[in-house]
Amino acid sequence: MSAVPASTRRSLDVATIRRDFPVLDQTINGRPLAYLDNAASSQRPRQVIEAIGHYYEHDHANVHRGVHTLSHRATDLYEAARETVRDFINAASVREVIFTRGTTEAINLVAYTFGQRLKAGDEILITMMEHHSNIVPWQMLCQRSGAVLRVAPINAAGELLLDDFLQLLTPRTRLVAVAHISNALGTINPVKAIVDAAHKRGIPVLLDGAQAIPHQIVDVRNLNCDFYAFSGHKMCGPTGIGVLYAREAMLRELPPFQGGGDMILTVSFEGTTYNELPYRFEAGTPNIAGAIGLGAAISYLQKLGMQEIAAWEAQLLDYATHALLQIPGLVILGTAQEKASVVSFNVEGIHPHDLGTVLDQQGVAIRAGHHCAMPVMEWFKVPGTARASFAFYNTRAEIDQLVAALKVAQDLFG
Amino acid sequence: MSASATHQTDLYRQIVLEHSRHPRNCRRPEKYDLEAEGHNPLCGDKVRVYVSLADGLLKDIAFEASGCAICLASASLMTAATLQQSPDQAKATISGFELALTTDGEHLAGDLAALGGVSQYPSRIRCATLPWHTLRAA
Repeated sequence: MSAVPASTRRSLDVATIRRDFPVLDQTINGRPLAYLDNAASSQRPRQVIEAIGHYYEHDHANVHRGVHTLSHRATDLYEAARETVRDFINAASVREVIFTRGTTEAINLVAYTFGQRLKAGDEILITMMEHHSNIVPWQMLCQRSGAVLRVAPINAAGELLLDDFLQLLTPRTRLVAVAHISNALGTINPVKAIVDAAHKRGIPVLLDGAQAIPHQIVDVRNLNCDFYAFSGHKMCGPTGIGVLYAREAMLRELPPFQGGGDMILTVSFEGTTYNELPYRFEAGTPNIAGAIGLGAAISYLQKLGMQEIAAWEAQLLDYATHALLQIPGLVILGTAQEKASVVSFNVEGIHPHDLGTVLDQQGVAIRAGHHCAMPVMEWFKVPGTARASFAFYNTRAEIDQLVAALKVAQDLFG
Repeated sequence: MSASATHQTDLYRQIVLEHSRHPRNCRRPEKYDLEAEGHNPLCGDKVRVYVSLADGLLKDIAFEASGCAICLASASLMTAATLQQSPDQAKATISGFELALTTDGEHLAGDLAALGGVSQYPSRIRCATLPWHTLRAA
């Protein structure tokens, strides 16, 4: 897997990296901010903020339209960002990179276009640990088409039961849609095995990559998936921008998604011809600044190195898991062998929301609640969890601050 | 006392903590005249309120809930505050409570005043008002 031998790998200089993130340098309720809510949204480095500022100060115009200089510049920057994305995920062509508002819109795009093929009785297979954005679009598609949603089970550690999953691949299965990494539990799914098994039966696979893309190398050609969806704001980019990668051969067969400007070649009242890929799926003026910011975020991550990022986050996960398990009454939900830097937990006798508030008073930002994954919370029979999720700019000291804050909460409610 | 300790006692006052640990009237009565269920989809809190009426007054009010300390304490304090009120009086009490929480947290009578601090925590106001919305629905 590793392109660089382990011995020559740099380790991250976290103290220097943190100086790139202005937002981290502040106190909350009199304590230094420990931002441990990265699975919900990461923070942005100065380089991203400046790229967006520079674009608006010097280069903004509409893209793919004007003949004037600014329109050329904006178009070049927007398309350069697309190439940056292509390179980052190793897509074969920029024609396979569609800018969307985020993971949610990317999945909805597939549900509305690919979904037109589905008929009553067809099946869509997902897993118990999906985010609502990889459940609800399929439920809505099932309502429109009469298709049936199947859900593969998980075990007590929060791992997909692969044998049961394979059993659920039937001659009626038309699409598999699975989280690459679970946002609520941190589980890394065996997506290559899933893609291989589905493809053997001729079934396309969508991977929800929202949680995976900030934390590890994602190579869509190696994964061999048909669709890969992710969001900019979880990978140090802006909100309101995301990507749908789709295999070109697949995209050629899909009907358009939204209609409007930029997705057409010619329009008359007798009929319209559609633009080529990927523009056919990008109706209207796109989020130009968002794409440019995303490109800057990817360049920033690439400079640090995804392997270096993954290695540091693995250390943080280890450290946090160890420290949290020393706290009496604390239970971790999601103990998969293969896990990303997400720790979901509950503390006996304290509701996650109360934990979230008390931790905030100690400067620690975590997520409390169902994490937009109510079915998996129900499966674990909890109303929600507290969730600490780490990025490459987090430190062991911040995890110590989390542990100390949890002790304050226990003192208060004990 | 540090700033954050002040914040904490502001939200989780002793009365609130005590009511959340030992909520009053947290039960399902055998007989009741009115009931309603309330959800906060944001956090998954759930409340069910039961009311028995006699002589035009709330003769018994009870609840079942799964929620945070603020939600449980608020439900518990609500049952104490509205018992023996007429439905119109209870509606006025509910409105007064909601108004206080969405403004400055002042003008709450008796033990309810302990929940005034919630007004300073916008993300927690719905935790406190959920039982009251549910009572109004009943």
